[in-house]
Amino acid sequence: MTSVAIRIRGLRRTFGDVVAVDDVDIDVMDGEFLTLLGPSGSGKTTVLRMIAGFERPDAGTIELAGVDVTEMPPYARDVNTVFQDYALFPHMTVIQNVEYGLMVKKVPKAERQQRALAALESVRLAGYERRRPSQLSGGQRQRVALARALVNRPQVLLLDEPLGALDLKLREQMQVELKEIQREVGITFVFVTHDQDEALTMSDRIAVFNEGRIAQIGTPMEIYEHPGSPFVAGFVGTSNLLTEEAARAVLGRGGVWSVRPEKIQVARGTVEPAPHQHAVQGRIREVVYVGMSTRFLVDLTVGGQLMVVEQNSDAGATERHAMRGQDVTLLWDSDHEYQVSSSSDGR
Amino acid sequence: MTTTTATHRGFWYRHPKLQLAGLLSAPMAWLVVVYLGSLLALFLTAFWQVNDFTSQVERTFTFRNFQEVFTNPAYYGTVFRTVSIALLTTLICIVIAVPLAFFMARVVRPRYQAVMIAMILTPLWASYLVKVYAWRAMLQPESGVIAWFLQPFGIGGPGYGFIGIVITLSYLWLPYMVLPIYTAFSRLPNSMLDASADLGARNGRTFRSVVFPIVFPSIVAGSIFTFSLSLGDYITAQIVGGKLLMLGNVVQQTYVTNLPFAAAVSMIPVVIVLAYLFAVRRSGALDNL
Repeated sequence: MTSVAIRIRGLRRTFGDVVAVDDVDIDVMDGEFLTLLGPSGSGKTTVLRMIAGFERPDAGTIELAGVDVTEMPPYARDVNTVFQDYALFPHMTVIQNVEYGLMVKKVPKAERQQRALAALESVRLAGYERRRPSQLSGGQRQRVALARALVNRPQVLLLDEPLGALDLKLREQMQVELKEIQREVGITFVFVTHDQDEALTMSDRIAVFNEGRIAQIGTPMEIYEHPGSPFVAGFVGTSNLLTEEAARAVLGRGGVWSVRPEKIQVARGTVEPAPHQHAVQGRIREVVYVGMSTRFLVDLTVGGQLMVVEQNSDAGATERHAMRGQDVTLLWDSDHEYQVSSSSDGR
Repeated sequence: MTTTTATHRGFWYRHPKLQLAGLLSAPMAWLVVVYLGSLLALFLTAFWQVNDFTSQVERTFTFRNFQEVFTNPAYYGTVFRTVSIALLTTLICIVIAVPLAFFMARVVRPRYQAVMIAMILTPLWASYLVKVYAWRAMLQPESGVIAWFLQPFGIGGPGYGFIGIVITLSYLWLPYMVLPIYTAFSRLPNSMLDASADLGARNGRTFRSVVFPIVFPSIVAGSIFTFSLSLGDYITAQIVGGKLLMLGNVVQQTYVTNLPFAAAVSMIPVVIVLAYLFAVRRSGALDNL
């Protein structure tokens, strides 16, 4: 089918006593948008920096399009990076920044200019050529950084939390634009973020990192609907875990289980579940109005807590708000519960 | 009582410009009257002359002093020598300071960084005269440390003179060159170097196209110090210069007998430094001071 753009095997990197990346294997397909997702210090950025060549692995290999580049310096690798702080050259104009990579590779001047202008156009910055980076807004700088990387037509584009410094509105807009640009140019994107929403919206596949290792790798839907460990369940989406005791009481089975908050219905008083449903009794401890939806935090009578999210699609928001302290039954389809580990201390 | 206080505060709050004027008028007056005023007096004096018989200063306008400086080889030779010394000193400071500052800012571990900065700064605490006399001792022909060190190679020491002055001045002003360049290197983000390599540039190319242009304004800023301090110096020339004179020495020798001439001579470094500042204005170095 499609070929492998990046093949990573047994990657390991330590900083002093700290193991930043440990035994990581990834295959990134050609044209894929892969997100490395994880909390800070989970090793996702280090993996990206090793693909770019800024860090050298202690062990393992990195192949780009079948060529082993583990020992190659950054300038010899056909990848380009968009940095978290953009790293635009302050003494150069926008167009000089974009042309830099082509100039270093001795592309003739006419072609260089034409490609740079086209790249600026593709990130909707035509007319900004003569500006300095200091005269641009954060979002514009971000686009220059993107154009500077894309103009080289690399095999792989690496993005290190490129949207982290933007405000929410701009970030959501750039998420859509990035995805569009990726579809247009068809380049493989490896994207690092700690923002689960960003990862879920943009990616073809997500690799969730925890403590230097890949906790789970899969499509956004797989990761969200079938989290493979309590860590993944908690990091992607709301951690909604039924503890060992609660699971035994409610489901009649051991292990730690997870139900996503939007899959749960709230019913007043005690309600018998339908045959395909599971139910648990509890008392509403907190009601939070978040505009589009309302969040309930429910203390379970069998121990533990569950979060429930209901859309405010009807006029019942005021009514919902008054439900604090009431006894309720939580109901969900048994299809929507997933075992995330076989024992409560497992990963 | 409280009402009056409130009104009083309100007055300054409503007149921020008056408040600023109150803060700045005293220092501004000092700067204009004492500093610029004396410079203006110097400028005017340069166009007066001394009566050869009475030795009194005559306040009549003349270019005679400047004519003398630029026609008498002894004087324009001194101008040329002084500028050469200042340029050479600046060049040596740059050659030493750039790698040193790079090493301090980007190679050494943070713990030793502080130690190195302290080592660069502590000589500034020692008296100027002590340091110059130390160099006089070291530069001494035959018996000085440098002559003794060079003897096995069959070379004599530089002794007192042009080279002695340049070495001593370079030593004196080096910290003023190291500090701004060090600051520039430590401000340079790592990602900038990564980005250049990422775009295909080898280390040499990165240094030429990224590091040097970013650090250049601070080199110019440092050179303003080393150049102007060297241009105005006369004690070093007196102590390690042998018979050589710099412009400052000419001023020192003539200001008692011929004040207008001394004023004319001291205008020369002022004009040269102003021209230098004008030339480097566009490099952005003046934003870096």
